Amino acid sequence: MISHLVILLTDALIFLLLLLSIVFGIYASRRAHLRRPWGLVVRSRVGVGSMVVLAFYLVVGLLDSIHFHPLSQPADGAAEQTRSTEVISLFDSMVSGLRTRQEKTYSAPLATHLYAKESIELADGSTIRDFPRLQHAGVHLPDPAQKTADILKLSAIGILKGIAVSVVAVNTLIMLLAVKARSNFGEQARRVLLATGSEIPWRVVLVVLSSMLVLIFWSAELAANYHLLGTDKVGEDVFYQALKSIRTGLVIGTLTTLVMLPAAVMLGIMAGYFRGWVDDLIQYIYTTLNSIPGVLLIAAAILMLQIYMSNHAEEFNSLVERADLRLLFLCIILGVTSWTGLCRLLRGESMKLREVDYVQAATAFGVSHLQIIGRHILPNVLHIVLIAVVLDFSGLVLAEAVLSYVNIGVDPTMNSWGNMINSARLEMAREPIVWWSLAAAMIFMFTLVLSANLFSDVVRDAFDPRLRSSR
Amino acid sequence: MMAYIIRRVFYAIPILIGVNILTFLLFFVVNSPDDMARMNLGMKRVTPEAIEHWKQERGYHLPLLYNASAPGADKLTETIFFQKSVKLFRFDFGSSDSGRDIGYDISQRMWPSLAIAIPVLLVGLLVNISYALLIAFFRATYIDFWSVVLCVVMMSISGLFYIIGGQYLVSKLLHLVPISGYDTGFNSIKFLILPAIIGVIGGIGSGTRWYRTLFLEEINKDYVRTARAKGLSETRVLFRHVLKNALIPILTGVVVVLPLLFMGSLITESFFGIPGLGSYTIDAINSQDFAIVRSMVFLGSVLYILGLLLTDISYTLVDPRVRLS
Repeated sequence: MISHLVILLTDALIFLLLLLSIVFGIYASRRAHLRRPWGLVVRSRVGVGSMVVLAFYLVVGLLDSIHFHPLSQPADGAAEQTRSTEVISLFDSMVSGLRTRQEKTYSAPLATHLYAKESIELADGSTIRDFPRLQHAGVHLPDPAQKTADILKLSAIGILKGIAVSVVAVNTLIMLLAVKARSNFGEQARRVLLATGSEIPWRVVLVVLSSMLVLIFWSAELAANYHLLGTDKVGEDVFYQALKSIRTGLVIGTLTTLVMLPAAVMLGIMAGYFRGWVDDLIQYIYTTLNSIPGVLLIAAAILMLQIYMSNHAEEFNSLVERADLRLLFLCIILGVTSWTGLCRLLRGESMKLREVDYVQAATAFGVSHLQIIGRHILPNVLHIVLIAVVLDFSGLVLAEAVLSYVNIGVDPTMNSWGNMINSARLEMAREPIVWWSLAAAMIFMFTLVLSANLFSDVVRDAFDPRLRSSR
Repeated sequence: MMAYIIRRVFYAIPILIGVNILTFLLFFVVNSPDDMARMNLGMKRVTPEAIEHWKQERGYHLPLLYNASAPGADKLTETIFFQKSVKLFRFDFGSSDSGRDIGYDISQRMWPSLAIAIPVLLVGLLVNISYALLIAFFRATYIDFWSVVLCVVMMSISGLFYIIGGQYLVSKLLHLVPISGYDTGFNSIKFLILPAIIGVIGGIGSGTRWYRTLFLEEINKDYVRTARAKGLSETRVLFRHVLKNALIPILTGVVVVLPLLFMGSLITESFFGIPGLGSYTIDAINSQDFAIVRSMVFLGSVLYILGLLLTDISYTLVDPRVRLS
């Protein structure tokens, strides 16, 4: 199994980022001044609610970031199974039905028939023009007219399953809390559900968690038997595409800041700490980069990448790798256009910090610059970095959609909300219109961006006391 | 004042040189003109003669930095760097890869861009400021809370959705205005009104929230308390004192984008088929016309630097506390 893992560059970076966040989490939990703002975040109702939603997105994104070569079906007569050349992710294999059940072309959400008329040959040899039955949706129904009843039945089953799972989840959580608080189950349940005596709003967590679980089980039940959000032009399931796009959105939103962070932090602190010609030089660099309009710089860079890729096509083993490299490159170039803001903030902050007494004292003791920066400056600007990372996320997810629309975003073969919206441009002009691709992309993107926006607001308020006081 | 402006203008020169060198590196060194030719002519079955011809036609056959075969001073001027990059400083953009004069195209296409960007900016400013003032007036009430919620929700919707949705609702269902296109003179209004409204709506979320923060920051200051203490009505306090002082950051935020209005909006213009500079850039990107993209990068940078300069000057004009140094 391990030998057939495929580690794409962005996969590696995503797990590096995950590792870094865990390390930072442990570091922060040991220091009171960092623990306190996080305490404020988890004590806010909006904060925990959006965190739960983000966690679901994160799980899908992480599952979708473990790639491998699947076992292919053994051909007739062949004794052993072989590894296929295609690359799929763990998430793909979990929802493999969604990936493989392809129709001919468009079909509406939960439909049993195609969206376009075709010539169908009847049993007696004559042909009629009608909407043909879908190959994978509602096939268990002998008569399509029973569809509504069947959908209601499936929904009921799905919702019941969801409720059952969330009841289990809620009880487990309350039990764990009770063990931790050394109280009995009933008392803890009363505390959590009535929201008394507990500082963390567990009730919000439970409500959001349960509704997400019910929603997931409901959609899983329907998606297993129908195309929940319809199919696109080549008959791919739109629900599957929207789910796959989560990873692209998360990668753009997080890796961009990860790749720009070292440069922004180092240069920003150096400019503010050393002043003089170092400051002048760094200011010159970021003013120059900043003065090129971002979209145009990205466009120019992506054009150049396209040329490079088409001239060096032999260097890429598979389409997936190629698309992945383009995604990473897009992150880097987005990082280049967006690091200047953080750099300027850090410069200002370290300029203030170098005049602070304890830094002056360290200088007087002859502590080296590197140590002063590492021990005194860096820990004191970390909160600015954190706020910048969280605040940038939603903007980057939205930017991806716009860039893909202009064809300078991610690879056209990659699943992304931008590409879905891009294809929807033509679908909206059809008669009757095909609205579900657009709607699916919008709903998924909106949920992610909204919860990210709400979360970043809470984080900023918790970390930035100046803003809190003015509210 | 004059000396300050002149110094700032001189400060802009090294930045422009930096931008110029960066675009030169990006367009000619990272990928050679040969690569570009092959890309444009199609990847397969390209003869070296065809590439040479393509380069010759567009002036990419010259050496990059130093032309040893040219006589005298031409050793430096008969190069790609001089012909394609240095000339940008004179706003001599040359001709595009498809043979059109870029300078002429830009002078023609900036008017439609302005025709849409200016109304969006002015109306948007008016709407956002009024809404933010209203929220500030009803601060810490349910109106405040739900307005902020509304702003965050509106911020979280992709701008593409406003455009696609608006076009579908207003043009396709209600048939109020044409879906896309452009006309000259006053006839263009019916083409411009929908993109302008959508532009304003798309900006309400972030704009109003930002202005609300500015207003609330001012409202807690001492001079406002003094104004209330001497018995001024709340509206008078808001309009005469808070608004006036909060306008300083608003104004400087607006001034920096003023020059960039020429560049137009990429997305809006291409959706609505408005022949401005934004759709010009998009068309160039899609047809891989490097000369145009290069020119637009340079033009954009010049305008941005101009915006910074104007911001500094406007700061000193509206806020006497800021001294020029």
